[in-house]
Amino acid sequence: MPQFATHTDLPRYLLVEQEKIEQIGRRHGLDFFPIVFQMLSYDQMNEIAAYGGFPNRYPHWRFGMEFERLSKSQEYGLSKIYEMVINSNPSYAYLLEGNSLTDQKLVMCHVLGHVDFFKNNFAFRSTDLDAGEPITDPVRRRGADYDPNRRWIDKMANHGAAVRRIIDRYGIGRVEEFIDVCLSLENLVDPWSRFVVRRREVETEEEPSAVEVPRLRAKDYMEEFINPEEYIEEQKKKIEETREKAKGRHPAQREQDVLLFLIENAPLERWERTILSIVREEAYYFAPQMETKIMNEGWASYWHSKMMTGDVCDWSEIVDYAENNAGVMATNGRRLNPYKLGVELFRSIEERWDRGQFGPEWEDCDDLDEKRHWDLRLGLGKSKLFEVRALYNDVTFIDEFLTEDFVLEHGLFSFSWSNRNERFEVESRAFREVKEKLLAQLTNFGSPFIFVEDANFENRGELLLTHDHRGVDLRADYAKETMSALQRVWRRPVCTATLVDGKKALLRYDGKEHSVKQDGP
Amino acid sequence: MSLKIDQDHSRFRAIVRGKIRQNLRRYISQGELLGRKGKDLVSIPLPQIDIPRFVYGDRQRGGVGQGEGEVGDAVGGQGDEEADGAGQAGQDAGEHMLEVDVTLDELADILGEELELPAIENKGKNRIVSAKDRFTGIRRVGPESLRHFKRTYKEALRRAVASGAYDPKDPVIVPQHEDRRFRSWKEDVEPVANAVILYMMDVSGSMGEEQKEIVRIESFWIDAWLRRQYQGLDSRFIIHDAVAREVDRDTFFRTRESGGTMISSAYKLCGQLIDQHYPSNEWNIYPFHFSDGDNWSMDDTLLCIEILKQDILPRVNMFAYGQVESPYGSGQFVKDLREHFPEDERVITSEIRDRDAIVGSIKDFLGKGK
Repeated sequence: MPQFATHTDLPRYLLVEQEKIEQIGRRHGLDFFPIVFQMLSYDQMNEIAAYGGFPNRYPHWRFGMEFERLSKSQEYGLSKIYEMVINSNPSYAYLLEGNSLTDQKLVMCHVLGHVDFFKNNFAFRSTDLDAGEPITDPVRRRGADYDPNRRWIDKMANHGAAVRRIIDRYGIGRVEEFIDVCLSLENLVDPWSRFVVRRREVETEEEPSAVEVPRLRAKDYMEEFINPEEYIEEQKKKIEETREKAKGRHPAQREQDVLLFLIENAPLERWERTILSIVREEAYYFAPQMETKIMNEGWASYWHSKMMTGDVCDWSEIVDYAENNAGVMATNGRRLNPYKLGVELFRSIEERWDRGQFGPEWEDCDDLDEKRHWDLRLGLGKSKLFEVRALYNDVTFIDEFLTEDFVLEHGLFSFSWSNRNERFEVESRAFREVKEKLLAQLTNFGSPFIFVEDANFENRGELLLTHDHRGVDLRADYAKETMSALQRVWRRPVCTATLVDGKKALLRYDGKEHSVKQDGP
Repeated sequence: MSLKIDQDHSRFRAIVRGKIRQNLRRYISQGELLGRKGKDLVSIPLPQIDIPRFVYGDRQRGGVGQGEGEVGDAVGGQGDEEADGAGQAGQDAGEHMLEVDVTLDELADILGEELELPAIENKGKNRIVSAKDRFTGIRRVGPESLRHFKRTYKEALRRAVASGAYDPKDPVIVPQHEDRRFRSWKEDVEPVANAVILYMMDVSGSMGEEQKEIVRIESFWIDAWLRRQYQGLDSRFIIHDAVAREVDRDTFFRTRESGGTMISSAYKLCGQLIDQHYPSNEWNIYPFHFSDGDNWSMDDTLLCIEILKQDILPRVNMFAYGQVESPYGSGQFVKDLREHFPEDERVITSEIRDRDAIVGSIKDFLGKGK
């Protein structure tokens, strides 16, 4: 047990509440890791929140910045942190000293939802430290004895210790500068890499085997129709071409895990490699949370409201609860609130599956009145909810369950920048456009797709990245800075191929000068 | 209680300092800084120090919101995002503005470092002294509020031991009247250099709002810097068109008059003020005059030169003249000054074209360390 925990144990009356709430949760079917609640003062809360929930992290100024921001917003009464929970086994969650009992209960219920989500959502399998790689069956139902090693508190603390040792040796200035460099590249990871075999063992026989085009199975007499000779020839040529191209090419296929590639291939000093590896590991740790923000918050909110209003609150508390809950759910300045969006989507799923409002009959029904009174009394809502919480992430969640009715009912809209008026403006309320925008925002955590293409670009040992352009340009000033960071790691000139204003552009930085080479569309 | 975060926090502050330094020009030409001054703190809005990454350009990207509004309406509330519960702290993207509080002194230091302003050499005018009380000693009499409890107790203990009344098994010590000890103070006298800034501004019709804003911003920074250098800094404000009068700070920046310009009227008043309140052997005197350089007549200009030579220059540390460019002014006055005082180091002139020129102009004025 970390040392800080010893001072911050929960008082007895809250332990009793925790016990009660966990029982209620279990009765509802929630399945969570053991939860250790800690009681923190404002200062401690802000500190730990600044560190992303972990009491021990490596030293870095950005945590100090976050601390200042949190402390300020709290001092000026703009916001305060009610609750924080970290994905680990056992899970740690923090309660704010001085909150009312109703608040504490609300937080406990909310946390229960989160921890259930951590344990059961497939995306979080990648944070199991004992899972081995790759995890090719993240969605497989796990037994009741599922008790993975997710001791991330220790892991993060170890990272902290490792970085501190390096700092002792090389000095905070030098090390922090390099951490900044690594953080610039932090989002260049491959969120799915732990679930997919990306690199296959390359056969190392002397001569590459003759090109064999896989054929569809066909009865003899159908063979020439199903696998026409010209097609086979064409494919053969293609495969040969790619093979020719890939010959001596490194990496053999483009790789999205730029960090891993750099760790393996860049001329880094030992300590630098350690730091880059730490940054990468932590990026992967936080990835599932970014990938399921809407669902995770929605799920926790769904359960806190269900439990608080159904089982936990007595009459004297319900008004306090409602006021607080309203604060959490408020959509501020028309900004999308993940808590609100998530919980409403879950509720809509529950209702639709309870009433059987899904499937082809429902989709094909054009009669509004019939739709309004559609109720097959299936009662599948609850089981559907639990299925969704296990098998979806934000992208698939929105893709499948954000319906036209929902967009209409909740007043969602898309906005875009207006050059004429120099401001963001409401662009559309049409279902298609709203959904497209939302999905685009969530895809790849809203980060651009960047790949390592060639480590020996132009045969000069330069690193070539490609940006898979999907309609939005890279932010130019940031891209420039990022190129500098990349060059610092690669030590040779670095290039990124992208599109700028619809034209192909090659950003290049050679350690002294930034250049952009543009050619035709 | 000391937190682990403190070290990270102090390194962040150091970075902020550097950041302010890089963008000094921008912060200085922002007039609103003045409005934000509260209790010697200046809130400087900083874009949150972002770690640059490959990210999408925001404008092309847009997003999704929730709420009222027709197509084409502006989308508000895109500044700070703050959900009440931070389930996953620190993962939110988006434009954050960070407000950093900096004390005025700190800001003046940064200004000084960045512009390489020399510390001002004191002209040996040390006669003004200030007295400070320091509690340094102990004495037997004094007010109850200054009673030194520990020393009193010690005295009582000493007396008890000496008189044999002290019993280690039952150590009851009762201080008596003569045991009482009190803190005593000494008056520390330190020489303090005192300074006064005499601001003069042309408020004739040709000085527009923008011109006055520039003067306002510039004088704020001059104030800040000199305040950093001198403990007691006085400022006086004179406005003039064809006649001059002394006003308070607020009026100084807000008044708009019309009519002609007689700069000499201001200089005369300036000389009178020095006569009446600021004997030059005790004060460091800094007259600053801002105008658009349009004087009524050459005669008046000559009169100004005369007053400067006879009355003002012998008594001041330096005389600063800032000429703000205006569409109406001829800008002649600065040329006249330069012509008549080509070699005189005490006369410093600076032309301020626009807000961006403020920083350069501050350096002109204060760069000599007078």
